[in-house]
Parts: sequence; structure tokens; C-alpha cells
Amino acid sequence: MTETLVPTTTAPHVGRPIDRVDGPAKTTGSATFAAEFPFPGLAHASLVHAEVGRARITAIDTAQAEAVTGVITVLTHLNAPTLRPAPKFSVLDLSTIVSGTAVNYLNTDQVHWNGQPVAVVVAETYESARHAARLVGLTYEELPATVDFAAAESSAKPQKSNPMMGGGGAKGDAEAALAQAPVTVDQRYTTPELSHNALEPHATIAAWDGDKLTVYESSQSLPFMRRHLAKRLDLPEDAIRLVAPFVGGGFGGKGNVWAGTILAVLAARAAGRPVRLSLTREAVYRTVGGRTRSTQRVALGAEPGGALAAIIHTSVTRTSAVGGFPEAVTNASGHLYAAPNILLKQHVVEMDLLPNAPMRAPGEAIGTFALESAVDELAAELGLDPIDVRLRNDTDRDPLSGTPFSHRRLREAFALGAERFGWSARTPQPGSMREGRWLVGYGVAAAYHPIMMLAANLTVRLAADGTVIVRCGFHEMGMGGATVQAQIAADALGVPFEAVRVDYGDTDLPTGPMAGGSMQTASVAASLLEACAKIKTSLLALARRSGSPLRGSRADAVEARDGGLYLVGHPDQGESYASILSRAGRSHVEVSIGSDGLGSKLKFMTRFIRDQRRWVRAASGAQFCEVRVDADTGEIRLARWLGAFDIGRVANLKTATSQMRGGIVMGMGMALSEETLVDPRHGRIVNPGLAEYHIPVHADVPPIDVHFLDDPDPTMPLGLLGAGEVSITGVAAAVANAVYHATGRRVRDLPITLDKLL
Amino acid sequence: MRPFAYVRAADVAGAVQAVADEPGARFLGGGTNLVDLMRAGIEEPATLIDITRLPLTEVEELPDGGLRVGALVRNSGLAAHPLIRSRYPMVSQALLSGASPQLRNMATVGGNLLQRTRCLYFYDTAAACSKRDPGTGCDATGGFNRNHAVFGAEAGGCVATHPSDLCVALAACDAVVEVESVRGTRRVPLGELHLLPGATPHVETALAPDELITAVELPAAPMLARSRYRKVRDRSSYAFALVSVAAALDVRDGRVADVRLALGGVAAKPWRAVRAESALKGEEATAEAFQRAAEAELAEATPLPHNSFKIDLARRTVVATLGRLLADGGAR
Repeated sequence: MTETLVPTTTAPHVGRPIDRVDGPAKTTGSATFAAEFPFPGLAHASLVHAEVGRARITAIDTAQAEAVTGVITVLTHLNAPTLRPAPKFSVLDLSTIVSGTAVNYLNTDQVHWNGQPVAVVVAETYESARHAARLVGLTYEELPATVDFAAAESSAKPQKSNPMMGGGGAKGDAEAALAQAPVTVDQRYTTPELSHNALEPHATIAAWDGDKLTVYESSQSLPFMRRHLAKRLDLPEDAIRLVAPFVGGGFGGKGNVWAGTILAVLAARAAGRPVRLSLTREAVYRTVGGRTRSTQRVALGAEPGGALAAIIHTSVTRTSAVGGFPEAVTNASGHLYAAPNILLKQHVVEMDLLPNAPMRAPGEAIGTFALESAVDELAAELGLDPIDVRLRNDTDRDPLSGTPFSHRRLREAFALGAERFGWSARTPQPGSMREGRWLVGYGVAAAYHPIMMLAANLTVRLAADGTVIVRCGFHEMGMGGATVQAQIAADALGVPFEAVRVDYGDTDLPTGPMAGGSMQTASVAASLLEACAKIKTSLLALARRSGSPLRGSRADAVEARDGGLYLVGHPDQGESYASILSRAGRSHVEVSIGSDGLGSKLKFMTRFIRDQRRWVRAASGAQFCEVRVDADTGEIRLARWLGAFDIGRVANLKTATSQMRGGIVMGMGMALSEETLVDPRHGRIVNPGLAEYHIPVHADVPPIDVHFLDDPDPTMPLGLLGAGEVSITGVAAAVANAVYHATGRRVRDLPITLDKLL
Repeated sequence: MRPFAYVRAADVAGAVQAVADEPGARFLGGGTNLVDLMRAGIEEPATLIDITRLPLTEVEELPDGGLRVGALVRNSGLAAHPLIRSRYPMVSQALLSGASPQLRNMATVGGNLLQRTRCLYFYDTAAACSKRDPGTGCDATGGFNRNHAVFGAEAGGCVATHPSDLCVALAACDAVVEVESVRGTRRVPLGELHLLPGATPHVETALAPDELITAVELPAAPMLARSRYRKVRDRSSYAFALVSVAAALDVRDGRVADVRLALGGVAAKPWRAVRAESALKGEEATAEAFQRAAEAELAEATPLPHNSFKIDLARRTVVATLGRLLADGGAR
């Protein structure tokens, strides 16, 4: 065997701005996304959506659709294959969180929301399927429906909590403290429904081979989806394989099993052919849940010096009668500021609408809009700088529980951000900074997102030529997961980055974590580090038996570098992997971490609960922005953005920076333009497309300057926290605060459109 | 979309003959609006007559200094044309404020005139819409109507707006549209091309179904060299106007010798602000006069539940745009 990969450097890879490994494939178009896998005999499916709200289907006329040239079958609840009910949420089986809805698609005559798929056309071409879908005639008996949030809000009920999603909390008597506080703010904030708009619309290709099923799916939770499908189809899990080598953005919208996935599978079964169901943008709006609407109250009571006496944050959001994800809207308000009295309450109302779903920092994204707007309002009342008010109430113990933070660098984030942004140039008086027709405003807000970890099974194989293969069924949605894990493996085993191959995106691989809650990178890293340590131990064991110069060395006296193991402090004492393995007569060494067994799950849950008792872990940061408001028209334009973040150690400066920019841009949309219009008369979304649902365009996005404290969290693998979601938190508040500073107008209702400033 | 026949016309005579022979046929230019509407099931023509090979792609200078713009000139080409930029800057600005570069490269001038509304309920085939399906009513009046009309709608009638930016500038230019059919050629002033909805909101223009726009003529008017198009919208680009203003101002000895003013995003047609114009002519060119003129125009605006801000916004935008023209010495 020739040694083709001679290591030339052992400089650590973790932290460096290494180009993502999937970059060339994506930029040249060779990356294959879910809808793009070629299959002989592939048929195409198109959805028929209900055009009424809650209803019962009394008749379906498919004759016209069936007569369209190329139509293979029209599936309705009268002829579709059987589907078992969606599993209900259980903490004992986390896969149950991916039941996007409880609807038994095409197995029921019930319509639960306006837009629910009620039929599927399968045809030889996509065009035939779409055309025929328009020709399916439906007759309904309409039923009473709750579709108007404003009207339903008053019937909201207290929200149940579970270990994954907090449900509020209380300390002291916040209402009494508020009543006695010399300076107070007590306001109502509202945020609209938002829709997922990943670059890649959801797509599925389902192919049956007897009772075995392969699904190409744009997914951020392959193993959970597999288990869900196994339950729905009454199949053993190992009869199903899900594949998602590349995902064009997920943001939470591809974590759940939505109608498209299930209907592609049913359609393929019924048609006896592989079927592709690639959602139109409109179908994404109508079948994939987004962010709930919210009404929030934040009340703050403070001493004249700025010390908080009371924090009250309550919320009303909505789920659906057929599922949904209760958002922990008030979560950050229990962790950001020390106050002797805290009251957090969350209420939820069930509506006859498409269930809501996680969407980048569910809970904190909208909760920090209210909290951090209120803190800014309080600062104005106090006549203090808004950063000073925040720092005055900073703490190293969790305000609500008293548990220590594993790591708290909020103060440092504000200091770094303020310095780099030039915060000191801000004149405090609203409307006091002006450039020509533009009113200029600076805004700031805290960012906060909790950190958790999931279990990750994986294998690592080190070959005699120095190449490493990491196998783990995690997800690459564009955040750079595969790149980062290769960096970690390269450092842990002392091999070049290029020598590491990472396999992911396939349920045939060891079960990975879902890519959600900013948990994936650290979760995989924990298992990867454990695996690499085991590799080292295995190699030392081989060395012991084979007369190696390392014979007799203790594991902690040996380090992996330069493609081998060497005694610490004795650079010439050691042996290359090639040499160890060849002396032992082995071509490679392979280890595996974790299993899908009960023992492994119990171990994980025990550690999960123990960690939660010991530390409060979070990523945090400070968001700064400059807005310009046209004095004549009220048009709001962002002039620049700066975020200073604590995400623990930064695994890859380049991909982490990109990810933070993405979250900030998404926050800009939430702040200024995004709103799903749900018609309160019938619950129908009336702007289901990118022409009328305004995500930011390039011209809306100013230069974004991202800084990291890059300070490892002592309780996390390699010191990594999570980087995905913290970046959207605080964004909308920073914009609202800057708009107030520019104009003196406080907008408490998102999005902040110009009509609210006239 | 519904299957359709496709015919490519070789010349103008053939194109108008083809559409006369087949009443369900439609002309296909850049397709940037029609094809979208076909995908959405809103337009379902039996035949498309592709006119993109017709020789209507030139911008010709007329003897008096005006311009004749072929109907198939692309939006991007017209926006960049040196004579448009120098003699009718607001036309260039209006074009560049619309859509995206990709769409502007495809969209044609003739097609732009016939764009259909962006009313959310017009686009949703599940909604009641008399513009789309005559006689079905209007879901916009009691629904989301933030971006709907404040002028020209009748109580209970259609409240959709015309989405074109170009047409607003053309209205202020007193442009004339040249139209051809088997019956011959005729000229329609742009101000008379689009119709207010009345009881027939589905009838959007004064054109017969078989008429083809072949050119748009811009009359010579030296004052238009000092003109400006100002579009106000919810994001910086790729959004339809909440309110837009096309304006030209000729100030002599401190008085308004002539003024052109048209508003977009406020009615089913580009809204030539004749009341404001007559209120301004002969007046001193001051912010107060601009304000009075804008108020004169907007006095008759009728807001819907969600769009009363448009009246204030239109007033502010008119005043600001005229103010900018004045500050620039009337020059752009």
C-alpha cells in the first residue's frame, strides 16, 4: 500500500475558516437534492388543496382529472392506501416530535384547515399532474371553525411544558413588585404568522421495492422521520431508508413530516411506480407549518438606577386542533436579567389552521422582540443607555432557577459589539441623528438561545494509508456540518483535513441527531471525540502486542499527530498509523459509538437531565444596527449590522459567520416585511408566494459584521455551543429600537412597515 | 396549466389575423405576467400567438424630438436607452424600479401596459373576484386591502390597483399607444387606455380582444427632461408600489409654468393628478403650494379599512418629489 496522504502539518483545523467541503458541488450544480434523483419510470404527483376551512368532504369528482392525458391515478380518501394514525408526542420517544399534523391524509373525509391536501394526482409528467389537479371537483359540508386569532385569543389555555420546551415559571411576587416599582414599562407586543421559505421547496421521491421503501427527502430529521413513517405504514424501521445528501435550507421547516412526504409514499404505493412530489411554493405555504402568531405582554419594574425589581412576560400563541408546537415564547426572559421577582406565563389557543411548527429559534425569536423592546423602553424611561441597563442586570446565575450558567459572556459581547459598532457615537435623544432626508437611529438588543444536546451514533474508521471515514446520519442543510466534523476528526487523529471523509444524510448510516435546536454540531462532535479517543486506545493496544516503540505507553502520554501516535514531549518517539497497522497485520481500525438500544437511550436521558440540573447553557450575544428612516415616506432601510456572539468555541470561522449572517437576515425579514396573511373569515393564506410575502431582497440587506468571543464553554465537547439560532434572536428588537431612536416612534407590532410610522 | 396551442407570428398582419380568427387566443410577449397567470389558473388561453419575432423592437426618434418605442422593446433596453434617459428620465427610473433584472430583460413595453393587478384575491382562484370571474363579487373589500385603490372604485365594486410603474410615467408623458387589428391602425392616448372598474372590472382596457399594441409614442416635451419617478414600497426592490409618483416640473421666475403629475398604486389605472396640476400651474413653486396641490388631488380619495395610510403617503410623496425637482433646479 502506498502512502498517498503524507501529513505535512498538524496545525489544528478547528476554528479555521476552512471552505465547506460541499461548496464546489453546490456552486457547480453537481450536488443532488431530493427532487433530482433520476429513476426509470418516475411518475409525478401534484396536490389538490381544500379551498374551505373546517369541513367534511361530501363528494369528489375525479372524472375530468382522470381524463387528462398522462394521468395515472387520482388518489382521494375513497381509494388511497391505508395510513395509521400519527404518533402523539411522548418524551420517551423523541421521534414523536416530528408528527407535523395528526391528519390521516387521504384516509379521512375531514378537512381541518383551508389548504389541507385532499387529493393527489399522479401522472406521467409534472405538467399533466398539475393541470389535472385543478380539475378535481370537491363538494363540502362546511363546519364551524376557529380561524380568527384576534377573536380566539381570549379562550387561550395555559400551555403545558416538557423537558424540551419550557412553559414559563415564577419567582417572588412580580405583580406586586411591579406595582411598587418607581419606574415601569408595561406594554403589549404582537407578531404575525410567518411562513417557511427555504430556497429548496420541500420535495420527496418515494420508491417501493416490495415492502421495502426508499425515500429521497429534503429532511433535517432523517431518523425521526423514518420511525414516523414506519409507524404510519406499519413497517419495521429497517424496511425504510431515507436519504438526504443535501438539503437546501431547513430552519425547522424540514424537521417534521408534512403532507408531501406521506402523500408521495402513498402515491408511489398506489401507482406501483416511483413518485416525485416536489411542492410548489404555494403548497409549502399551505402544507408546511410556520411560526405562530403571538400577543405578548412585557412589564418591567425598575429602581431609578436601573436595577430590575420585576420581570413579567406573558404570551398567547396558537397551535392547531390537529397538532402544532407550543412555543416557549417567554423562555429567554427567565435567563437574561437578574430580578428578584419574575413571572413568565404562556398560553396557547388551538385553531382550525395548519399547525404551526418550529422556525429558527422558536420561542426566543419572537420572545426577545418583546422583551428587548421593553428593556429599550425602560432605558428611555430611566434616561439611561440601553446597554447600561442590560449590564446593570447581568448575572452569572440563572435568574429564574438560581442554577449557574455553564458559561456567560453577555457582558463581553456587549462590550465587543459596542466598541466595534461605534455605539458611543449615538446621541441618546430620539430623532437627534439625521443625514439629509434620512433620520438615523442606532438600536441594540441581547441575543439568547438555550443549548441542548442529542444522542449521536457514529463510526470512525482509520485506514493504514492515514485516511479516515466518519459515518453518521446527520444532516447538511448548508450550515457546514460535514466540514466541521472533518475538522474535528482531523485534529483528534492528527491527520490532514483532506484525509477525512464524512458520510451523512442517510438512515443506512449510524443514527444521527436531528438538525434542530442548534444541537447537531456539538451532539455529533461529542460522539466523534469519544470515537477518536477509542481509536487511539485501540491503536495503542495493537502497538503493545506488536513490538512498537509505543509499547508500554499510557494513553494519556500519547498524542495523535502527523498521521501517527507520538509520545507527548518526545516528537521522535512514536509511530505512524501505517506502521502500527502494518506491524499488527491490519488494514484499518474501526470503532463505533452509541446504539439504538434502550441502554443507550437511558444513558442519554440520564445525562440530559443531570446536565440540566447542573448548568444553564446558552449561546448569547449582542445585536447592533443602524437604520435610516425616510422623513417623508417612513421607508425604513437598514444601513449596517453588527453582531457579537458567544457560541463557545467557533468550530469554523467561515461557516459560523455565514450561519450567523443568515439568521440575522431572516430576522430582518421578521422585523421589517414578513407576514403570512391568514384571512380571518376563512383561515386561508392569501399571500402564498414570494411576490407578496416579502422576505428581504439583497438590496434590503446591509453589510453584516459578525464577531465571536470564541471562548470555549467548559462543559461542552471542544467548548462548542450551538450557532444556528442565536443569530435571529434580538434582531427584530434591535430594529424596533433603532427605529424608535431614529423617529421617536415605538412600533410594537411586527412587521415594522412604513404605514406604522406615518 | 391548461394545455394550449402555440403559434409563432411572422409579421404584424399575420399576428392580428391569427387572433381575429381565434377569439380564445392571446398574444405572448415576454410572458412575465401572462405565463404566471396561466400557471395560477387565472388565464387559460386556448392559443398563444408568440409575437416576439415581430419587428417591433426599435426606439425611433421622431422629427419633433419625440420617440416612438416599439411594443417589443424590452424593459431593460428601454430603461438604458440614451434618449429615454436624457429626455424622459422618469420613464427610465420607473422601469428600473420595477421587477428584477431577469424580469426586465424579458418583459416588453407593450406587455407592461397590459399587466394585470396584484390583488391577493384576484390571484387566489378560491376567492370571489369579479375581475377574474365576472359577477362573483369581491373578497378584497372585506379582506386584506392594504395595497388597494383609494381612487376610482365604486362602493362594493372592484378595488384592485394597476401594478405597472412604467404606465405611471407614461401617463405623465401624455404617451399615445399605437394599436393594430384587422380593422387597421388606431391611436389611443395612454390616459384612455386603462378603464376604471365600474360594473365591469374584468374589462380593463379600451382595447378590443383582437387588438395588438405595436408602439408607444412619447410626444416631445422639453420639460420632461427634468422629471422624476419616486416609488414607495415595502422593501427596497422587487415589490409593487404602495404609492408612486411620476412628476415633471417647469419653474420659471419662481412660478410653476408647467407641471406633470401622475400617481401609481392608487387606482385601477395610472392616476393622472389633473386637479393637482391645475392647482399648481401659475402658483409660486413652494412646499406649501405643493402641499395644497396634493391635498386638492387627494380630497376625493376614498380609503378602505387597511389603506387609509396611502392618502397621507401619496401627499407626502408628491410634496417630497416636487420638492426634490425644485431643489435640483428642476433638473433630475
